[in-house]
Amino acid sequence: MSLTDLTIAAARDALRAHEFTARELTEAHLAAIDALNPRLNAFITVTGERALAQADTADAALVRGEFAPLTGIPLAIKDLFCTEGVRTTAGSRILGPFVPPYESTVSANLLRDGAIFLGKANMDEFAMGSSNMTSAYGPVTNPWQRRQDTTAALVPGGSSGGSASAVSARLAMGATGTDTGGSIRQPASFCGIVGMKPTYGRCSRWGVVAFASSLDHPGPFARTVQDCAILLGSMAGHDPKDSTSADIPVPDYAAACARSVKGMRIGVPREYRVDGMQGEIESLWQQGLTWLRDAGAEVVDVSLPHTKYALPAYYIVAPAEASSNLARYDGVRFGLRENGKDLRDLYERTRAAGFGAEVRRRILIGTYVLSAGYYDAYYIRAQKVRALILRDFTEAFAHVDALVAPTAPSAAFAQGENMDDPVQMYLNDVFTGPADLAGVPAISVPAGLDANGLPLGLQVIGKPFDEETLFAVAAALERAAEFDALPQIRAGG
Amino acid sequence: MSYAIEGSTGAWEVVVGLEVHAQVISKAKLFSGAATDFGAPPNTQVSFVDAAFPGMLPVINRECVTQAVRTGLGLNAHIHMVSRFDRKNYFYADLPAGYQISQYQHPIVGEGKVEIELADGSTRDIGITRLHLEQDAGKSLHDQHPTKSYIDLNRAGVALMEIVSEPDIRSPEEAGAYLRKLRSILRYLGTCDGNMEEGSMRADVNVSVRKHGEPYRTRCEVKNVNSIRFVTQAIEAEAKRQVEVWEAGGAVEQETRLFEHARGITRSMRSKEDAHDYRYFPEPDLLPLVLDETWVAELKSRLPELPDAKKRRFMRDYRLTAYDAGVLVAEQATADYYETVAKGHDAKIAANWVTGDLFAALNRAGRTIADSPVSATSLGKLLDLIADSTISGRIAKEVFEAMVETGDDPASIVAAKGLRQVTDTGAIDAAVSQVLAANADKVAEYKAGRDKLFGFFVGQVMKAMAGKGNPALVNDTLRRALTDTN
Amino acid sequence: MSLEPATIRRIATLARIHVEDTELATLAAELNSILGWIEQLNEVNVDGVEPLTGAQQMALKMREDVVTDGGYPDKVLANAPERAADFFVVPKVVE
Repeated sequence: MSLTDLTIAAARDALRAHEFTARELTEAHLAAIDALNPRLNAFITVTGERALAQADTADAALVRGEFAPLTGIPLAIKDLFCTEGVRTTAGSRILGPFVPPYESTVSANLLRDGAIFLGKANMDEFAMGSSNMTSAYGPVTNPWQRRQDTTAALVPGGSSGGSASAVSARLAMGATGTDTGGSIRQPASFCGIVGMKPTYGRCSRWGVVAFASSLDHPGPFARTVQDCAILLGSMAGHDPKDSTSADIPVPDYAAACARSVKGMRIGVPREYRVDGMQGEIESLWQQGLTWLRDAGAEVVDVSLPHTKYALPAYYIVAPAEASSNLARYDGVRFGLRENGKDLRDLYERTRAAGFGAEVRRRILIGTYVLSAGYYDAYYIRAQKVRALILRDFTEAFAHVDALVAPTAPSAAFAQGENMDDPVQMYLNDVFTGPADLAGVPAISVPAGLDANGLPLGLQVIGKPFDEETLFAVAAALERAAEFDALPQIRAGG
Repeated sequence: MSYAIEGSTGAWEVVVGLEVHAQVISKAKLFSGAATDFGAPPNTQVSFVDAAFPGMLPVINRECVTQAVRTGLGLNAHIHMVSRFDRKNYFYADLPAGYQISQYQHPIVGEGKVEIELADGSTRDIGITRLHLEQDAGKSLHDQHPTKSYIDLNRAGVALMEIVSEPDIRSPEEAGAYLRKLRSILRYLGTCDGNMEEGSMRADVNVSVRKHGEPYRTRCEVKNVNSIRFVTQAIEAEAKRQVEVWEAGGAVEQETRLFEHARGITRSMRSKEDAHDYRYFPEPDLLPLVLDETWVAELKSRLPELPDAKKRRFMRDYRLTAYDAGVLVAEQATADYYETVAKGHDAKIAANWVTGDLFAALNRAGRTIADSPVSATSLGKLLDLIADSTISGRIAKEVFEAMVETGDDPASIVAAKGLRQVTDTGAIDAAVSQVLAANADKVAEYKAGRDKLFGFFVGQVMKAMAGKGNPALVNDTLRRALTDTN
Repeated sequence: MSLEPATIRRIATLARIHVEDTELATLAAELNSILGWIEQLNEVNVDGVEPLTGAQQMALKMREDVVTDGGYPDKVLANAPERAADFFVVPKVVE
């Protein structure tokens, strides 16, 4: 087995047993990136020199017998996380050559625990998208191809498309992402890997370029549930620099993966069954429930009556917050500047040149729904619907420990599809959006393939701060699914 | 008679509301750990949060919350146990994030009131609508370059308390009295230094006019007036302008204006856009601010005695007039100084010395009571010397001047200059006899009825005694000598 | 709620993003499609429901009044597109 096929857990053990060096592990991944990134475009910036220097430091520690939870493990960092001394773009032109003078808390935590950073992963611009087609640095390609048509480049999902593609293609062992409407789980499903959105406030947002403050959730990607748990263990934790950060201790998530699901009550939300859903997804869903029953869980029907209103509510709240968060990109203190005849002209031209079409659409929608006369009708109403969505979850969780549902309404589609009407693209988040609005944790696990040979994920949604139950259920699904299919475009493939 | 603008169609009442922005005294900013000192080199007191860099987040400073609550308590206002921050969105060069974190719907302090005193001795209550916390903006310098403006963000993020009055003010004088009182309260509490010249206290003045009994008409806002004098001038200028507009048959348009103090007029601001659609929404990077009842009660119990209460106490315990008491309590330092002086002395005499001789000396020397060359204790000792007749009141003034100059204590000055009052009756008798003997003709005139000459004799005796005669004894002795039928 | 071009211009001005005349029609179509889809929220009965502003309603933590930040003007200005000594520079603003 090639070094790039290892799980984080296995690589860790091997490094500690001195079976190979951190440098060798990093070099293998850098070579993979070299070979495949031109095709996949998963990375915007590759930090090869830095990674090797970090690997050498890791090796020195390993030689001394010192190891932190992630010593020597090479990761991709979504380009939404500010990395000190390393260019950060948020997938946009408007940040220009911006090099952050600070490290985001989440990536700092990973560095603290010994991780190696291979580079900054490509993404939809400002995390707005479900296909990684809106990046100013070009689209990302899904390492998976349709069985009968390997010419069509498929989308990896979004907005964390680069992170998902990199992990899936074995260019990195794990990656960070952010999930605001589904941007970790949906690409995880499209790329056949595990992706988790923890509870809101579980991971700090300090140093993460803000899209929608009350909806942004930093979280991990990996190829196994246990690897995700290992990453989350490092990423999570209270941060006094983030006022919305939860002051709750971080439990041993990796250990939770081994917990039995016997006696657990699993809820099946009936409203997640939508018209026109791919048949294989419905069957896979049923299959997942059977696996859990076989493992001793009880499966129960539940209702989350306001589910279908989650996306429209999301497309009011998220753009509203984004319109305000993105006001700071004005050409004055950092990033792109287009000169203008006066200050107002400078702002207008800089922002027109720097923002892509999707970002501009959302800023305009957001500005509109907050504007005088519309605030109550749109924004307030959407936040009330959001309260009802949370209430739906809270009431369901009074009777069940977790919910199981599909992650996405389809498998990966081709680049260029779903681009005619913005709303078509938005509907990709129909199953993921509700958990973002409610702030409850959710994880996607690859569970099967569709008729085209493309991966389909199953989603587990849990109670606030009960990621441990999620890992237990997800691990049970993973064990039962025995998903061992591999993408066509991968390191060593 | 109440203030009015006399127009061609009659008398117009002026309706004024003041929005005061008061910089909070704290070491660090409202939502960041950068310093708040005035006058630092540009952009040296700026954190990445203040400069609105990507991914930066606000964390609230407890001291700023405390100061806002204490101010609310000092304004007799209702404290809201739960309040919330909102974003006020607009684009301007000195607003890095493109929004200001403020409080819109749920401010930390609600309704209160402030009592003001006018020159004629009357008092009025001016209502406070609310007080909220918000971030200050940075500073733009427009005069450093012909085609460019320079931005300094040192001030961006400093905590401000916005104190909004009800539109209860009816004259420039009332506005001045309100601002003075407000500043006094803030300084007593130590929550703001009230320094309008340095910009730590600024006023936006809302002015409208109407005929008596009418409902309110359209108002205009005159922004960022930075002295009390300019506020009173701006009110008059703007009110007159509005009266002219109405009387010419036009309608006053709601707009934001600036006061040009050199020309004594207000003019429309060009850069602030027409419709201010601030798109307020709750700040998603912060949670609701929840206060603890016990904590607020404790703050209340530890408030210093405020000007109104102190004034009432001075009037009651020291039997001072409202005017004298008012002058003494305007600044806490003055009030404290006075009380030290008054201890063990006649309160009225002490008041006269402080508000008269001391204030005059401080003015001449360009000093404040905080760095007074004469300490309260020293002044008290001077009063001792008068009270026990060591010196007369008149001599005391000479001693005081010397105290101001040298900083020496009064007793040493009296000794050094030999100013001790003479109460030795023998010496006085001798001086009196000497003067009467040398002025026999005038004695005869006096006895013949020219009573006015008594003052002449007093003067002569004092001159003979180098001013050191105890005036009462001199008077007595002279009188006896002059009525002796000899 | 259908947006007129004039409204889109006004919003674009509020958002300080220049929009070319040639872009208005497409933009209007896209925005109206989104807003039309959002209209379904009006079906929901929200009587008596308090708006949710953040999922976890914890208490706002406060920090101590200590100077812990600032004092690095070079870092603050390092990414500035235009600077003059220790100032950010913009086209002159007339008040």
